[in-house]
Amino acid sequence: MSTVTDLVQWGLRGASLPRRRALALRLGVVLAFLALWSLASGLVVLLGLFNPIFLAGPWLVLGKVWELALSGELWGHLGATLERVAVGFTTGALLALALGLPAGQWRAVRNLLEPIVEILRPIPPLAMLPLFIVWAGIGETSKVAFITYATFFPMFLSTVHAVQQVDPLLLRAAASLGARRPQLFFRVVLPAALPEILTGIRLGVALSFFVIVISEFIGAEQGLGYLINDGRNFFLVPQMLGAAIVLGLLGYAGNALVVRLGRHWLRWERP
Amino acid sequence: MSARVQLEGLHKTFGVDGHAAPALSDVSLEVHAGELLCLLGPSGCGKSTLLNIVAGFLPPTRGRVLVDGAPVTGPGPERGVVFQEYVLFPWLTVAQNVEFGPRLQGAPAERCRAIAARYLHMVGLSEHAAKFPVQLSGGMKQRVAIARALANSPSIVLMDEPFGALDAQTREVLQEELSRIQRVEHKTIIFVTHSIREAVYLADRVVVLNRAPGRIKEIFTIKLPEARDRFAPEFTRYESEITRLVKEEVARVHE
Ligand SMILES: Nc1ncnc2c1ncn2[C@@H]1O[C@H](COP(=O)(O)OP(=O)(O)OP(=O)(O)O)[C@@H](O)[C@H]1O
Ligand SMILES: [Mg+2]
Repeated sequence: MSTVTDLVQWGLRGASLPRRRALALRLGVVLAFLALWSLASGLVVLLGLFNPIFLAGPWLVLGKVWELALSGELWGHLGATLERVAVGFTTGALLALALGLPAGQWRAVRNLLEPIVEILRPIPPLAMLPLFIVWAGIGETSKVAFITYATFFPMFLSTVHAVQQVDPLLLRAAASLGARRPQLFFRVVLPAALPEILTGIRLGVALSFFVIVISEFIGAEQGLGYLINDGRNFFLVPQMLGAAIVLGLLGYAGNALVVRLGRHWLRWERP
Repeated sequence: MSARVQLEGLHKTFGVDGHAAPALSDVSLEVHAGELLCLLGPSGCGKSTLLNIVAGFLPPTRGRVLVDGAPVTGPGPERGVVFQEYVLFPWLTVAQNVEFGPRLQGAPAERCRAIAARYLHMVGLSEHAAKFPVQLSGGMKQRVAIARALANSPSIVLMDEPFGALDAQTREVLQEELSRIQRVEHKTIIFVTHSIREAVYLADRVVVLNRAPGRIKEIFTIKLPEARDRFAPEFTRYESEITRLVKEEVARVHE
């Protein structure tokens, strides 16, 4: 909890820590978590609470990941998942921008798209997965299309909102400096909407890792989701946890990439 | 390079919660080419509304605005605007903000840089060219906004309390600067201010508006030499005369 003094000085974001201290802090927390986990799995063994294969200790899990990496097996799965996410998410993001940017600006487009989006959006995307499989088969297409479908909604909505909340005074200022329609869009609407669009994109990245796993549970021969499901069939808990950890790291890296890009593009917010 | 602005029977009524809220009522006025006209009036009397209509941001409910005889239908680069709220582009640096207009017109980068440098120097911000607007104080933002408007060389400049956020000293420096530019460039300027001293110092004519809904109460022609002395007796006479009139209006707002 920050003090009032900190709050009024830095806002809810808090003062930025020196880089090395921030890194040390994060590392410390991760190590503490690993220690806690070791302790828990150790206790299970010691007290004989339940069959210890259900809660493998972290060293077993990390060892399994290492082993999969060395044998090369991991890279195939990782590559498959990454490729699906990359293609599906990129398509979703492009669609969201292609439809969201016009919808934010023109009421007619908004009136056309919004009812459809509003009907589809409350349906949990997972409920649609079987349909995608029926339509597009069990192969790559249905998996990629499913990611596109699931990630489209948050990114579309945030894009529409981002455009709509652009301060009209900025448009006035630009217009009275001689900006015409396309210039208003590229030089004012786009940069002014960018912060919120990027927030939507972060949501999209997170969501694509969320949904890919489930579509890989069903009828996949590769992918981290497959690895988890395969582990379940054979009670290979270290494999399940290992794949989950790799997924977590991927999601973390994806998010960090967007955050980094955002920091570069939105330098003006906190120079 | 200057233009004449005619306001013909301007009325503006806002709809607020289904009620009609009149903001301007029958304002007719001719701003001569090359004239600096100051608008004075109590807060809320419709000064910004009037500028917004001339800028082409708002349509008048009735009446029209002509620039050199042609009716205004929307904003345009020949009418530069300095907003009461500054309205800088936060994602551009100070210099890029100032270059915005020339760049839109496709001026070569080098020329844009030269223009930006010149106007930033004029408002005393040369050292801050590379900063972003969030890094500036209110008064600095205001000066960037002024530089940005002038750098686009409009023939008409609409300025809404452009010196409102400045300290007295900077304010006087910029007043002198504006009056110097004006002696050279003879732009047509509509300048909103709450400072009567400022109005008498800068204006060829001072228009005093009634409390809301604004209409013209009185127009003073300031017959003082171009380089004005704030301590000359005639200066003070204008000042007290206008002060009396404005006080009257402000008092009526609180009745
Ligand atoms: N968009 C709007 N919708 C409704 N009413 C408005 C709107 N803009 C201005 N008004 C009303 O019109 C009147 C005039 O406002 P305006 O901003 O022109 O005043 P002003 O003379 O510039 O005041 P100040 O000196 O405080 O800047 C006010 O009563 C205000 O409430
Ligand atoms: Mg105003």
